[in-house]
Amino acid sequence: MTSIVPREQSSERKKDLSNEEHEDFRLFGLIAFLIADGMTFAGFFAAYLTFKAVNPIGPDAIYELELPLPTLNTVLLLVSSFTFHRAGKFLEKNDSKQCQKWLLITGVLGVAFLISQMFEYFTLPFGLTDNLFASTFYALTGFHGLHVTLGSIMIMIIWWQTRVPFGRVNNKNKFPFEAVELYWHFVDGIWVVLFIILYLL
Amino acid sequence: MTISLKQSTPPPEKLQPTGWLKYLSFSLDHKVIGLQYLVCGFLFYLIGGSLAGAIRVELTSPLSDFMPREVYNQVLTLHGTIMIFLWIVPVVNGAFGNYLIPFYVGARDMAFPRLNAVAFWLIPPSGLMLITSYFINGAAQSGWTAYPPLSITTPAAGQIIWILSVLLLGGSSIFGGINFIATILKLRRPGLKLMQLPMYCWAMLGTSILVVLSTPVLAGTLILLSFDIVAHTGFFNPSLGGNVIVYQHLFWFYSHPAVYIMVLPAFGLVSEILPIHSRKPLFGYTTMVFSIMGIVVLGLVVWAHHMFTSGTPPWMRLFFTIATAFIAVPTGIKFFNWVATLWGGKISLNAAMLFACGFIINFVLGGITGVALAQVPFDVHVHDTYFVVAHFHYIVYGGSVFVIFSSIYHWFPKVTGKMLNENLGRFHFIITFIGFNLCFAPQHWLGLNGMPRRVAEYDPQFQLINQISSIGALLMALSTLPFLWNILQSSLYGDDAGDNPWNALTPEWLTSSPPPVENWEGEAPLVLEPYGYGEKDSNKTREAIK
Repeated sequence: MTSIVPREQSSERKKDLSNEEHEDFRLFGLIAFLIADGMTFAGFFAAYLTFKAVNPIGPDAIYELELPLPTLNTVLLLVSSFTFHRAGKFLEKNDSKQCQKWLLITGVLGVAFLISQMFEYFTLPFGLTDNLFASTFYALTGFHGLHVTLGSIMIMIIWWQTRVPFGRVNNKNKFPFEAVELYWHFVDGIWVVLFIILYLL
Repeated sequence: MTISLKQSTPPPEKLQPTGWLKYLSFSLDHKVIGLQYLVCGFLFYLIGGSLAGAIRVELTSPLSDFMPREVYNQVLTLHGTIMIFLWIVPVVNGAFGNYLIPFYVGARDMAFPRLNAVAFWLIPPSGLMLITSYFINGAAQSGWTAYPPLSITTPAAGQIIWILSVLLLGGSSIFGGINFIATILKLRRPGLKLMQLPMYCWAMLGTSILVVLSTPVLAGTLILLSFDIVAHTGFFNPSLGGNVIVYQHLFWFYSHPAVYIMVLPAFGLVSEILPIHSRKPLFGYTTMVFSIMGIVVLGLVVWAHHMFTSGTPPWMRLFFTIATAFIAVPTGIKFFNWVATLWGGKISLNAAMLFACGFIINFVLGGITGVALAQVPFDVHVHDTYFVVAHFHYIVYGGSVFVIFSSIYHWFPKVTGKMLNENLGRFHFIITFIGFNLCFAPQHWLGLNGMPRRVAEYDPQFQLINQISSIGALLMALSTLPFLWNILQSSLYGDDAGDNPWNALTPEWLTSSPPPVENWEGEAPLVLEPYGYGEKDSNKTREAIK
């Protein structure tokens, strides 16, 4: 809560302005941002579904997706959500060794997802400009891949910052960790929706 | 959970520029950022206004003799984009929101001061980028709507710069929206309930919800459009199997709420100004709050009324006609509440009040043509004609810009500590009001008789009316001069305003003018009745504040 300092203490308050107490609303701000980000994806999904409903696929257009690789990707991301959560448990116990280990696993899973996605791109029989569905496929997965890339970089930064004793993230300063974790769960959730819409429908 | 945050802490004083230089710095003070928004927006208003002048000069004769057709298209695109994204949206949201919201919620700064400064400093570069695109192979030519296939077939360089610039401005808008939501919901002074906030807070809360929900959709759409232009994909290109209607749906999903993003804060500002200058409480506070939220919800589900001639199926036409007609209900509630606020009040007809009353008149005219345009049979007749131009300018100029001027007259004493010259202000109002109506009222007639918009040439039978309209535009341009002179003269030699020249009860008047860096010396006042004018216990309220 904002502490309101009485008039007589105001000169003291001026000396140390940083000590005003606030409810921590940084996660609130992040959630608002993720809602906005989610609306971008919602726009893309709406466009894709409308294309699918209205625009017939051309007779010579190739648009075939194989399931095994994206299923593996889904598993990779879902598992990485659990490992991130586990790292958080260890951060709370102040066990930075274990926390760092699980963070590293999470980061590696994220990078593995990206590599596997690249591999899928190279093996697909269609390119970006081949037809409407190919374009939408690459736009959607590419935009999501951008999120995974940013997420993986942030996980690595958090991993570097949880090291003892020089790291700045610990169980007293958890916000950076919590923010990246929330973002990562969000990216996973988007992937599940994307997987259902692009591959299963 | 409470934690200690380094909140709203200005950098050490020796690093912080003082004097006028702080307005060119990465300042974290919400009052400095608010003024940065206002002055930056006004400079762009002058540029956008000059472009509008060029359009009106071109339209005094039926032939495109003042400038080539391509240049005319660029000028109207730049005019629309600058006025919407660089003048009205940043000023009614960013300028007044940043200046006033922390006062209204009893805070010392916004929730995320650094994000706030980032949001502002995205605006000047993207605005300059947009304008310089005119000198690099020509600016975009497809209007502020950038409909494909027009935006795909016109020269690519200008269009891509336009897209980048609008993306940056959208990002700035989203950052601002997140900041306002967090400030209003999380940074209120203890003891202040939501239903005790001044109306502008509610307007900004509603607007910010619209910004956060709809702007990202525009961003996604423009990214797809840029792929179409640069990488030759076919999302919106029918010759490559794409679908232009999808672009229109996604675009209007943002751009209809964008109208409310421009006009809802103006509603809030006018709700602050009317009670003070008529010495009466704001009529129907609760209904005002619910009508704002009603407009927010309905505003998200009416977008396709812009697309009645785009081959929309009958069920869609029916749904969007009815939904649009429903918006007239909360808007009408607000209109009657303002009239009831004025009713029987002790009205002082100063410049701020005149502009606010001008807003009410213009807005109800624009609102009526809006309801008319929502009806499919009528819309099909006047779609893409000057009738739409007239309607839109009655809302955004007669509505939002009148409120911006009203707010400048109202809050200038607080910001600078000097009074503006009232007589010059009234003179400014009279020329603006006459010029505005002379410019845009005849355009209804032009539209009803079938003059299409966005075309440099027209049928000679429309020449007289167009010339009348251009004379109105000239008056509007001239009206800026007494305003600028007033600002310049008064900020140098104006009378001392004192802390509370209007005897207002809202919190920003309860501190010194101009306010100190952290808004209040000591404790922030707890204002539970911001509109307690003329009531029997208003003296008690004022005592409590003291």
